[in-house]
Amino acid sequence: MHEPRGPLIATTAHGPSDDGAAHGSVQSYLTGFLLSVVLTFVPFALVMSGAAPAATIIPICVALGVAQIVVHLVYFLHMNGASTQSWNMAAFVFTLLIVAILVAGSLWVMAHLDVNMMPGMMPAE
Amino acid sequence: MNVQTHPLPVATAPFLPDAFEGVEEHHDAGAITTLGFWIYLMSDCILFAALFASFAVLRGATAGGLSGREIFSLPYVAVETACLLVSSFTYGMAMISAEHERQAWVLRWLGLTLLLGVTFVGMEIHEFVKLIADGAGPDRSGFLSAFFTLLGTHGLHVTSGIVWMGVLIAHVLRRGLTEANRTRLMCLSLFWHFLDIVWIGVFTVVYLMGVA
Repeated sequence: MHEPRGPLIATTAHGPSDDGAAHGSVQSYLTGFLLSVVLTFVPFALVMSGAAPAATIIPICVALGVAQIVVHLVYFLHMNGASTQSWNMAAFVFTLLIVAILVAGSLWVMAHLDVNMMPGMMPAE
Repeated sequence: MNVQTHPLPVATAPFLPDAFEGVEEHHDAGAITTLGFWIYLMSDCILFAALFASFAVLRGATAGGLSGREIFSLPYVAVETACLLVSSFTYGMAMISAEHERQAWVLRWLGLTLLLGVTFVGMEIHEFVKLIADGAGPDRSGFLSAFFTLLGTHGLHVTSGIVWMGVLIAHVLRRGLTEANRTRLMCLSLFWHFLDIVWIGVFTVVYLMGVA
């Protein structure tokens, strides 16, 4: 029975490059690379061809961008649900929360200011 | 790096678990270093989120100057993107070579990654110089200030990654694939892939949404 993990370290199998983070194989890097090429090519082609109006293209670009970020996290950074990565994952999820508050909050507040402070509504000096 | 090679007094290390005792200390030190570096990357992530938020707020504030549609060249950005994406892959190959103890290949892949990184930064500097020469410098409008800040910060990160990679190549040449060098290789791997992820945000939010 292996000693239980401490709060900070990830005890893993004792390979030569055992440093607490997962490693990939050529296969996983290739898969990630090919998926990324597709997920990059499609939005560039869509925007450059001008095939659809901006209102259609922008949500597609954002969705493909998010998909590519997930591909990079899984295939290049090897993030998965493994217990050896629980602290990496906890830090990551917390960061996602902060990023969401920061970005959504900024856009929300500034959009409100934009709407509520039209030039005509400012008191004249 | 060697903090775990001697038992620490309890007073300075109240949270060190028993699991440390007798377990391969170097690996644990490497794991802690890697986790610490990961936490730094998360803080960097928040820095970039703030810059992205500023850019998103200011992207319409062109002050009567040029907008993204007029100044961005998507084919150029596609080549920059390709450089970074391929360099992420080549770095992955360096990591795999390190796992298989193939030092010569680690150095080759790192060298290739370094070249791609230099190409990327060179292209970015060229783009900046051209924009400034065309009167679309960071002082022209809120949009361009946010653009130069976001892209410049990313470019500086890539530049420090390049310097780090050069130093790491020297380390590996001198000492070989030691435990310490493996930890460094792992940290730079996280850094390099992280910068590629930030670039996905940049080309989507700045370039594609700017031109669409």
